[in-house]
Order: sequence, then structure tokens, then C-alpha cells
Amino acid sequence: MRYRRLRDGVAAFVATLALGHGAALAASAEKGKAAFVSHGCWQCHGFQGQGGQAGAKLAPDPLPVEAFTAFVRTTNRAMPPYSEAILSNEELADIHAYLASIPKGPDSKSIPLLNQ
Amino acid sequence: MARKDGQPNVNRRKFLAGVAVAGAASAVATPPGTAATSATVPGAVPPRPSALPPSAAVAAAETGVPPTLPHAKGPAGSDFMVDVIKTLDIEYLPSNPASSFRGLHESLINYGKNTKPEFLTCMHEESAVAMGHGYFKLTGKPLMTLCHGTVGLQHASMAIYNAWCDRVPVIVVGGNDLDAAHRPPGVPTIHSAQDINALVRDFTKWDDTPVSLQHFAQSFVRAYKVAMTPPYGPVAISLDAGLQQEPMHENGERLYIPRYVPTAPPQGDSAAVREAARLLAAAEHPVIVVDRAARTENGVRLLVELAEALQAQVVDQGGRMNFPKTHPLSSPPTVLGRADVIIGMELSDIWSVANVWVDNGGEDGSGTREPRVKAGTRLISISSHEVPSKSNFQDFQRFQEVDVSIAGDAEATLPALIEAVKAAIPNDRKVAIAKRGEAAAKARAEGHERALAAAAIAWDASPISTARMCAEIWAQIKDLDWSLASYSLFQSNWPQRLWKMERHYHSLGGPGGYGVGYGAPAAVGAALANRALGRFTVNIQADGDLMYAPGVLWTAAHHKIPLLSVMHNNRGYHQEVMHVQRLSNRRNRVASLGNTMGPIGTSIEAPDVDYAKLAASMGWWSVGPIKDPSELGPALKRAVEVVKSGQPAMVDVWTQPR
Repeated sequence: MRYRRLRDGVAAFVATLALGHGAALAASAEKGKAAFVSHGCWQCHGFQGQGGQAGAKLAPDPLPVEAFTAFVRTTNRAMPPYSEAILSNEELADIHAYLASIPKGPDSKSIPLLNQ
Repeated sequence: MARKDGQPNVNRRKFLAGVAVAGAASAVATPPGTAATSATVPGAVPPRPSALPPSAAVAAAETGVPPTLPHAKGPAGSDFMVDVIKTLDIEYLPSNPASSFRGLHESLINYGKNTKPEFLTCMHEESAVAMGHGYFKLTGKPLMTLCHGTVGLQHASMAIYNAWCDRVPVIVVGGNDLDAAHRPPGVPTIHSAQDINALVRDFTKWDDTPVSLQHFAQSFVRAYKVAMTPPYGPVAISLDAGLQQEPMHENGERLYIPRYVPTAPPQGDSAAVREAARLLAAAEHPVIVVDRAARTENGVRLLVELAEALQAQVVDQGGRMNFPKTHPLSSPPTVLGRADVIIGMELSDIWSVANVWVDNGGEDGSGTREPRVKAGTRLISISSHEVPSKSNFQDFQRFQEVDVSIAGDAEATLPALIEAVKAAIPNDRKVAIAKRGEAAAKARAEGHERALAAAAIAWDASPISTARMCAEIWAQIKDLDWSLASYSLFQSNWPQRLWKMERHYHSLGGPGGYGVGYGAPAAVGAALANRALGRFTVNIQADGDLMYAPGVLWTAAHHKIPLLSVMHNNRGYHQEVMHVQRLSNRRNRVASLGNTMGPIGTSIEAPDVDYAKLAASMGWWSVGPIKDPSELGPALKRAVEVVKSGQPAMVDVWTQPR
């Protein structure tokens, strides 16, 4: 029963992705950085979205905004889902814009400390 | 001996020997020859409620300089106790001083010359026990501690619980004024109890309340023996203050000290071991899971031999350094999904080998269980954990059915298991087994490359990433003989992923009971052990953990214990940060942050703690907070030189959360 409700929720949400996608068009990386902190994303994913034992890597190269949004709204994995009531579509699009703005870091092979 | 209250001198040994003291004391008959115990003593003041706080006179007697006491006649009973303790070669005695063990304290430092054990001044009983915890993991030898019977033992109790869960022996001796008719009134009476060991009985292997010196000799040697027989564990002795302070009364019976002979650890049943070997030898994808399997370096060697005989991947849960992290068969837990036979050794939670619990369980919030392994996977367990099981504290986790369950010490059972496995592998399986090993080696190499790539992300970030911090530390210690005293869960296990962690002493694992406040004192205890062994000790110190009892920094400086502490200063209780965020989401509410970054009640900000100043105030060399990653390497290099000179040093690093 619990899983069926989750599946239904995913289906319903995917049907409304156009709203999220529209918001992404006007997204602000600067606002997204602030929202990334105020909504606690940094807690598991790190301030640069680098990920770690507690949360997956989000940046650089985040998931496409549609998949990213769907996951945030409906995840039944370790990450708790964020409903629109606590994280608006606009904020979510801003967060994605922030993650997309994070430049790719140096290659590990170019870092002497990672080749000791 | 003479007492402050001038009561008739009673032979306390004879008196106490007649009292049933194993549990709560019951009614005690008036001993012959003692004064009447009526409340209507002529000239006595009317009785007052016992719960009154101590009077000024009593408080002064407790805190001031006591009046000169008559000299005791004959050798002190506590001198004999020192003789007993010295037979067991205990190097150190970390402790916070207290009146209820003043007799033994005095004997230790004067009669015993403060050697074996050497008294180490601690500022919290929890620190003292945790120092013994860290010390044991490197030396295989227990420390003893003395604590005030009630208040001190309550302070110590969290660290004792950690030692219990982590299967570590610590000998806890609590002073107690048991004799109500003779103990000093006021504070010492408030600090006395019928049965102090009851405080910790649920999480100690054994305890006793000796009522004579000969009883003490038997109790102490037995306590040591019980603690040191795998599965190891803490033990407690309630030590009567009067017994310590009285002169020896041999009463025609010569006191003797029993000889300690180590007990061989229990080995698994032979038939069950053969059945386990049969299953492993026939498996397509056997996986070995270990938590506290290797008690010694030899345990690591044996596990490598078993893994290589089977070419089985090994998942090390890290309670100890069981298996070299650089070995081609070292594997992440994801390999469990392919396994058809899993053998778990000294696991504290075999349920979580077979199952995943997701804290995201729908509307009722109870979480969901999912299988981690495929249907039909056979489970084998070799563990001594079941031997000392107790009911109250739930360290035994959820119940998991297994196919072969062997009660025994894993390291002691490994030689027989290896022999049985080698005998059980048919010749026609050897090629397939070798190919299995090649695939595992390839997977391990690819996994290492992914770890390096992940470490490079946010390499130049500020706050500094935990991967960068750990890589910078490794650059400074890699050419030394080193130990990591802290556990790495809160640093995304970067030391295990980036450092050449191969020896048993390279990693000590965690607290066992996950009681916060273990890290700092356990690291000091580990560094104390390594001081004599000539090894370098590094501790990645969680900020919240240090603030439980930072006085252990002073202990390290005072006793010149060289330790490098690198602050993982993420300015929050991050486990709890995420818990409150999770519940806020579940209840569809925005987490309230107050004036900090984490949900109210979870941050250590405003003001930020200046750990470098804190450490410096207690005699440490220190630097920080370091926020620019480019400054970290040079700071660590200077700190390493300080530690090599024999002093403790701290580098405070502003870090990312995990």
C-alpha cells in the first residue's frame, strides 16, 4: 500500500514537470546557493554538492532538472522527500541552477596529494 | 583503625565478612562488642532528616584539611592491594581523585612508588575509562581506573558502556564507604551506596565487593582474568574505604596473591566449523564480513589467508582494522547483493548484513526494511558476542536467523576454519576460484579510481572538504609508523579510502556504544600506548565530541603524551542536524534554523568555539582555525614536528560536514 501510494505520487508529479521546467528557465544560481544552505541540502551533500558517505554527489554535472526535481519530490531512499510546501518549485529550480553553475574541479590525476 | 568519629575500634574485616553484600544489602545484625545503636543515646542531638544538605562543618571537613589522625598500626591494607595490583603488570591508572579511595591512592603513589600502575590525573571519570579503552586497542593490555563509588561511577558509566559494546576490558574500581556505622557523615555518606556496582552491572562482564584483603586479592585477579578472556569486557570492583584504610589483620591466615594464568579464548565447535567450510568452499560468491574479528595483527594475517584461500571479497565494518584496505579483495558492502554465502565474524549487527533499513518509511515514520542479499543466501556466524549476553541494554540488535551459528572467538577459530576450507575446496573449483579473485581485484582497482575522483571534487573549497583534510594529513604521516586513533564514519571514511591502511594498529575503530565523548580521551589513551611503542598517533577530532570533556587535553599535556589532533570542526552535531531535517520534511514543515545553519539545537555556532585557544590554554601547541585549504599542509607539517618532539598538538580545521 505504502509503495503504491509512492508510485502514484511519482506519476502525478511527473505529469506536472512542465511547471518545474518553466521555473528552471528563470532560475538563479545565486538564490539557489542560499536555498541550498537554508533547506539543509549541504548537510549530506556538502556545500559544493560534492557528496560523501551521507549523501550522493550532486555537482558538477547534476542530473537533468526533470529527474532532479522528481527525485527530490518523491524519494523513498535515505534522503527525505521535500514537498512543494516546504521547498517551492522556484527554489528547487534555483538550487539546480546553483549546482549546474559549480565548475568541474581539477582531475584527480593532476593533484599530487591524490597520487602519493 | 582509628576513625574520625571516635567509635569503638571494630575489626571491619570480620564485621563485613558476615554481611551479605553481593546484591543489595539486607538487614545487618548488630555486631558483638559494638556500642548500642539506639537513636536515644544520652546527650545526642535529635535525629535530623537524612536528606539535608551537608552542614558547613561537614562540608569543611570534606573540602578542608582533615585533622591529624593517629598513625595506623601495622602495614596498611591498601599496601597489600598494591602488591596484588602489581602482579598484573598494569602500566597506568587514569583517574580523577576521590576520598573514597584515598587509602589505595596513598598506597599507590607512596608504597607503590607510582609505577605499574602510574597514576594519571584525569578531569573526568569518563575520560579515564575511555583512555583505558583506547590504550587497550593498541597494546592488548587493560588499564585500571579508580573512581568515586557513586558520583564518579555515574560519570564513568557512559565510557564503561562503550567498552562493553566494543568488547574492551577495563578494570573499574569504585571506592565506597559501605559501613554505615563508621563512614564519615555528610558528603561521603551521600557518595556511598549499598551496591555501587548495580549502576553498571548491566554492561559489565563481572563485578564483586570484596570484604577482606584476601577476598580483594581473589577478586582483583579474577576481575582481570574475566576481563581478559575473549570476548573481552569491562569489570567492576566495589572497594570499601575502610578495608583500604585498616591495617592488615592476618588473624593467623597468611595473605596470598593468586597467580594469573591467561584463559585461552573459546574456539568454535569443530563440526560446525567443517559445515561452514563446506558451504564456503562450494559457494559461487562467498563474502566475508568482519567487524571485531581481528583482535591482533595475527588476526589480520589469518583473515587474509582465509580470504585468499577462497578468493572471497571481504567487507570490513571497521570495529577493528581487520583486513588491509589495499588488498585486492577489500570490498564495499555493495558486494553483499551478489553473495550466495556470507560468513560474518564478530559482528555486532548481523541483521544489517542481510537487511537494509531506510529511515524514510512512509507516513508512520517507522522506516522500511529491504533485503540486502538475494533470496537463498546462506548466512554463517562466528561470534563470541552471544556468550555474555544481557537483557537490558539492547546492544544485540534485531534478531537474524542464520544457517550456521558458531559461538566462539573468531580469531581463535580461524586456524581451524582455514584448514577446513582448504580441505573442502575440490580441485576442479580452483580455476573458477582464481578467476573470482581476478574479478574482485579489478573491481577494487576501479573502486579506488572512483574514490580518487570523488576526493578531487571540491578540492579547493572552503570550508575544507573532508577528503582534502584527510589527504593532507596522509601526506604528513605516510612515511611514519602511525595509528589513526579515531573512527572515520564522520569523515566519509576517507582515511580508509585514501591511506595505506594495512596493519592492525593503523585503525582502532569506534566507541562501540556510540556514546559521544569517546573520541578525545580514547585518542589520548592510544597515544599513551604509542608513546612507549614509538609510533605516531593521529586523531581526527569531532568538535562535538571534544566538548563533552575537554579536560583530557590537559591530561595529555600534563603527562607529555604526544598526539596530533586535527579538528573536524564542522560546527554542528551533524548526525542530529540531519535527523531534525528529516523529521521536518516528514511533517511537511520548514526546519527552523534560528540564527545558525542547522536546525535549532544542532549547531555549534554563534559563538564559534576557538579550539586552538582551548587547546593552548591547556598546554598544547595549536593553530587555527584554518579555513583556506592551501594553509592546511604547512600547518600540519609544523604540528607533526611538535608531536615528534613529544608534545601534543592541535590543528583546528573548518570543515565541510561529512
